[in-house]
Amino acid sequence: MTVELRLNGKEIRDEVAPERLLLDYLREDHGLTGAKRSCEVQVCGTCTVLVDGLPVSSCCTIVADVDGRDVLTIEGFADLPEFERFERAFVDHAALQCGFCTGGMLLTIKSLLDGDELTNVGEIRRCLAGNICRCTGYRGIVEAVAELAGVVA
Amino acid sequence: MTVVERPRLAHVGRPVARRDAGEKLRGQAQFVGDLVLRRMLQGKVLRSPLAHARVVSIDTRAAEEMPGVACVLTGADTADLDPYWGHAIKDRPIVALDRVRFAGEPVAAVAAEDEATATAAVNAIEVEYEELPVVGTVDDAIAPDATLLHEGPVRPGLFHGLGELPPRDGNVCYRYAIGRGEPESHFARAELVVEGEYTFPAVYQYAMETHTVVAHVERDELTVWSTCQHPFLVRAELADLFAVPLANVRLIVPYLGGGFGSKSYTKMEPLTVALARKARRPVRIQNTVDESMVTTRRHGMNCRMRTAMTGDGRLLAREVDCWFDTGAYADNGPRVTATGGDAAPGPYRWDAYRVDARCVYTNTSPAGSYRAFGATHLQWIGESQIDELARRAGLDPLDVRRENLCRPGEELRAGGKPLDADLVGDVEQVAAVIGWGEPKREHVGRGVSVGLLAAGAHPVSTAIVRLEADGQVTVLVGTTEVGQGPRTAFAQIAAEELGVDVERVTVRGADTRFTPYDRSTGASRSTTIAGLAVQRAAIHVREQLEGIAGHAGLDAATYPDLFRQHFGLAGGELIGRGGVAPTGSGSYAEGPVFWEVCVGAAEVELEPETGMVHVRRTATAADVGRAINPQLVERQDEGATLQGLGNALFEEMVFEDGLLLNDSLLEYRVPSFEDLPDEMTCVIVENEDGPGPYGAKGCGEGALAAIPAAVVNALADAGVPMNELPLTPERVWRRIQTLKEEGTWPR
Repeated sequence: MTVELRLNGKEIRDEVAPERLLLDYLREDHGLTGAKRSCEVQVCGTCTVLVDGLPVSSCCTIVADVDGRDVLTIEGFADLPEFERFERAFVDHAALQCGFCTGGMLLTIKSLLDGDELTNVGEIRRCLAGNICRCTGYRGIVEAVAELAGVVA
Repeated sequence: MTVVERPRLAHVGRPVARRDAGEKLRGQAQFVGDLVLRRMLQGKVLRSPLAHARVVSIDTRAAEEMPGVACVLTGADTADLDPYWGHAIKDRPIVALDRVRFAGEPVAAVAAEDEATATAAVNAIEVEYEELPVVGTVDDAIAPDATLLHEGPVRPGLFHGLGELPPRDGNVCYRYAIGRGEPESHFARAELVVEGEYTFPAVYQYAMETHTVVAHVERDELTVWSTCQHPFLVRAELADLFAVPLANVRLIVPYLGGGFGSKSYTKMEPLTVALARKARRPVRIQNTVDESMVTTRRHGMNCRMRTAMTGDGRLLAREVDCWFDTGAYADNGPRVTATGGDAAPGPYRWDAYRVDARCVYTNTSPAGSYRAFGATHLQWIGESQIDELARRAGLDPLDVRRENLCRPGEELRAGGKPLDADLVGDVEQVAAVIGWGEPKREHVGRGVSVGLLAAGAHPVSTAIVRLEADGQVTVLVGTTEVGQGPRTAFAQIAAEELGVDVERVTVRGADTRFTPYDRSTGASRSTTIAGLAVQRAAIHVREQLEGIAGHAGLDAATYPDLFRQHFGLAGGELIGRGGVAPTGSGSYAEGPVFWEVCVGAAEVELEPETGMVHVRRTATAADVGRAINPQLVERQDEGATLQGLGNALFEEMVFEDGLLLNDSLLEYRVPSFEDLPDEMTCVIVENEDGPGPYGAKGCGEGALAAIPAAVVNALADAGVPMNELPLTPERVWRRIQTLKEEGTWPR
């Protein structure tokens, strides 16, 4: 089937199998390997991309369902001017270790900040519970997000 | 407290930003699963659905005839090899031969043009099994009439590191016994004795990146990209298994998406290489989470322990018997068992103790390394007995520790490394952080715990530092960047010794064709041992520069001139070599290289109506000798703290008749943001008492052993002593009901 979507700001038209997963499509057809495969049951968040600005598990989404929509991956986000302050906050707070979860984490945070949903630390913890990080113990990430959201950590 | 006058250092001891942050944040960091090779096939593994069975026949014809299938591998394809491997005990075949010993054991593997085809072909393989009795638990395994999982003599692997392996005793594949004095006489006359039976669950490490291997075999040369922590040990095992010279095996390790021990030693490499050998094309095998769960896990353990104390708080004696469930194959079980045995007495001055630890085969998935192994298993048990003794004696548990803990320089284990840390100072600091001695609300409890982990592994590391004519520095070292930050720490060390900016230093990961030998990335050894090799290599370069200049105290700005002076042109390079080798025999008995401190404290609040345990405050002591990068040290302790909370509160692999019941992240829960304690503090202790660079010693594991013990003690302080982990609400609630029946709730 034919899909048309906006991928990282570019209009794309592709032929895909109807059952083609968005994660495989991004990684294999477009070389966008920043989205990672892990749990495959929408628990861990490593495969997160933004579809029309909202976080989606690309491991459980078919390409057909993003036809006509706007998809942003970590590679696309990293090219946006606003990315710099995310990068600065994560570096300053050492909010990453192995880096496997980091792309999905950053996209979820971007979406939440765009929606003004992170008004206190309790909200940060609650809203980010769909992104697992096994390395950091989360504190550095909470501090970085609190700084980005302008709330007290 | 003595005030140490420290030399002024430019880079070491500072929170230098991670060198890998940019790539990782932008989604550019390359992991094994991101690698694409020309003509690469996708591999899929057919795994046994049964926990114990004889393989009667395998019919691969339908699978082989499917379009897009390159080949199907079975045990018959390994007939030209001695197919048994295992770094501790060579007890497992590359792919099943005539028998499967756990549900999930590879029975066949397919290489195909794409994953969907490979999966379809795996489903088309027909296997006939004849079921055998399932030895599902340690108790089943050590019963007198137990079915034996393995027969024939024990074949030692290349890297068990435990002297001569004793013969197998039934299903007990290894036994570690240590002791001193006559415990029995003390128990006979002690005023206070606490004893109990305890169980610790099997746990999944959950490195978010699953085990992934890409292998390519050309003639007798093997090239392997792998998610492995120990590339040089994997190289040696593959060379041994496929009967080729060491130098013909090339292991390349990019960034790893977490490890925590799950990627230590050899895992999926032999099978992937065998499949690539048959396919004559590059093959990738990438586990799914349920496959990685049965590839390796933490040992479940049963334990009987008793401890004796005088009425006025002097510890006398301890006896420990424990049985580690290593599953169907030994993996790192013998080492885990020995380390658990070493952790069992705890760092106290005993008149007498006896420890007998066994490593037992069962028909469950193999168990190996997971961060702070052995110590995590035993510390919560020993420390809960210390607290119970203190309660019965009417003493402050902290005072009992002050009274009985070993002091620096005291012997811990005959012939081994004496204590190299100030444990009393450490535990006092963490206790203070959680408000020890302050008034508590109802159902709030506080606990501390103290332990040691035999760390450092085998002290063999080599590093090469290359200084280029443009002043750029490249460090070649085999350490794996699993997320713990060695590339940053090593850059700081090299920059320090060469007087250059950290940004000028690049640290590469292992490519065994080019990076010099490093034993492993584990046992908290990298900063201490590989870091020392890096420091020595950098000093070696500096000495060459000083030789050229004719004096010491060089400014990095003069390096280009020195190059021109020495090489006669704007080129050339200086190469420094640094190494670390054992001072004695390097044996396990003489070790460890250092004792990793496992000291923590916790405050919990219990909901008696539901059994929910809320962790309010935690504190851990990162007793690191010298923090090369304090920010990374803190983050290591925090990560270990959260894993410790998972191990303590809810993580558990549930097996029934050898079958894993909760094999997905839906049913196996790991800590999320919502499990963060209200306060989490890491106290960095720097006494410069480590054997590493600038007095450093390892960290990052201790908190994982300390936190479950502190939480168990805090819950007991709130009135609910537990002898089984994890502390799920149901277990805690049931315990409270039992206490009510016994008339001890509320206390």
